[in-house]
Amino acid sequence: MREASRRAAAVYALPALAGLALLPYLNFRANRIVSGDGVMIWSPEGGAIIAALALSALALGTVWARAQAVRLACALGALAVLLWSVGQGAAALSADAPEFARVSLGGGFWIAAAFLALAAADAVARMSLGAWARISALLLPAAVFAVALRAGLFDALSILREYDTNRDVFDAALGGHLRLVIGSLIPALAIGLPLGWACFAGPRARMVILPALNLLQTTPSIAMFGLLMLPLGALSRAVPALRDWGVGGIGAAPAIVALALYALLPIVANTYAGLAGVPETMRDAGRGMGMSRARLLARVELPLAAPVILTGIRIVVVQNIGLAAVAALIGGGGFGTLVFRGMGQAAMDLVLLGTVPIVAMAILASLLFDVGIELTRRGGAR
Amino acid sequence: MSRAGLALAALFALFVALVLRPELMSPLLRLVAEPGQVLLYDRQPIRVLVGWHLALVAAAGAVACAVGVLLGVLVTRPAGADFMTLARMISNLGQTFPPIAVLAIAVPLLGFGFEPTFLALCAYGLLPVFENTVAGLRGVPATVREAARGMGLAGAQRLWRVELPLAAPVILTGLRLSTVINIGTATIGSTVGAVGLGEVIIAGLQSGNTAFVLQGALLVALMAICADLALRRIERALTRA
Repeated sequence: MREASRRAAAVYALPALAGLALLPYLNFRANRIVSGDGVMIWSPEGGAIIAALALSALALGTVWARAQAVRLACALGALAVLLWSVGQGAAALSADAPEFARVSLGGGFWIAAAFLALAAADAVARMSLGAWARISALLLPAAVFAVALRAGLFDALSILREYDTNRDVFDAALGGHLRLVIGSLIPALAIGLPLGWACFAGPRARMVILPALNLLQTTPSIAMFGLLMLPLGALSRAVPALRDWGVGGIGAAPAIVALALYALLPIVANTYAGLAGVPETMRDAGRGMGMSRARLLARVELPLAAPVILTGIRIVVVQNIGLAAVAALIGGGGFGTLVFRGMGQAAMDLVLLGTVPIVAMAILASLLFDVGIELTRRGGAR
Repeated sequence: MSRAGLALAALFALFVALVLRPELMSPLLRLVAEPGQVLLYDRQPIRVLVGWHLALVAAAGAVACAVGVLLGVLVTRPAGADFMTLARMISNLGQTFPPIAVLAIAVPLLGFGFEPTFLALCAYGLLPVFENTVAGLRGVPATVREAARGMGLAGAQRLWRVELPLAAPVILTGLRLSTVINIGTATIGSTVGAVGLGEVIIAGLQSGNTAFVLQGALLVALMAICADLALRRIERALTRA
């Protein structure tokens, strides 16, 4: 068993080290558009040989260590060394370079960072921790990273230089993205939960509702945005008062409606599945205690169905964080603005500045929901 | 023919008609267009755009299917068991990773045009196929596997003649999910220069021509819905067999 877990650990450590050995960890470019020269972590000009050795030792530590806690510590330590070395390396490279020169993260960095993070996640998964311990295992490194970011350790990297010049756009995109995701979730819940109950209460409703929502889900996002521009545009022309609320053919309104429509299927299907999965004996017990239909729903059925319903909401939130990026095409705002503008200018730092927060938000949301689901499951079993 | 079959046939016929004779859509498009605007996208024939769109999705689907099934078989063999947690984590990550992010990351690697879109489609399409292959193979009852062994079938024969056929409907579900997602992602791929139906929508958005947007959106939606319904029917047929 132990040997097996060791071999499994090598699955992360070896690709991480191979990535750093074979691919540049930083790219040095004359300006933000051109492609540049790779800098290896082990080359003298990278100036990170000691860091590279420490990193290799820690990465191999994840393979040799027996205790999962030590493996976790080694993986996080290696990740910290990697981040520190890209920050320092970028600062050293740009110290005596012209102003337009950019130092960006290279393929070696991304591969090593991904596999080291996976190694840490693997160790956490094998430690079988409780929900709160898992959250702190995630939040503590994230907090350390945030402090280093604030302290300016990474300021020489091109993605942060890009942030510096686009600070206002970035902040607006963050607000816009959250508005799209939360603004679509609330109406989707208000409509989806009752519809899910209707599916549970009547098989005939189910036969109509679920296939119809399936059809909506199948429609590609950009087509959905396009199709919704028309009715909303017509609505705002017919009722000018709505225009003051920001309802129109382009902008956030069609995006929010489209995201809410996409959210319906997972919410309705999981509400139905959750309610249908409540054991009949539980229902009988509630009825035997003299509960009314409404009390039975609120006190017995919904709490027992909560983990399944939350799983549906988790799917919706994660999916909509990604889909909201497409909303930028119809002027809906959000991080997609940065992505599409970056693609238009062939400025990959700008694309990354939009992409990284989207992925981070999606991963954070799914981890938080996992903990919430676990907590409700435990509450239900009590 | 069942009702679902009739619906599919009708939608498919509508799609083919609108691709071959785009002008059939003009009365509808006239409702939304500003006076004097061009109604039908004319920079490229719709047939060509649909052909490229389908070719892109089909090629990526073939790659995703081949690689996804192969990887799924490997991690469910005893020798590949070490990679199971890694594979599971990557699948989970794939579900949180938005398709557009894959596209955005592929562009710096491969430049603009067909290649980044193709890579993004392959990468993203791989995950549902892989995940469902693993689920399908694991779902084969132990008793069935025992029986196959009792009949004297060797490992590879068991896989080929017993396990894969039993897992086929589940694998096909993965392929369906990946195809529907990819039809949508290929549409977004037009923003990075891939030739496809997304071009019509994006041209409409850029020039404020709502008729183009409607034309492109209707065709893409029809294409995705037809693909979904058709693959569902194949799944059902396989389950019965």
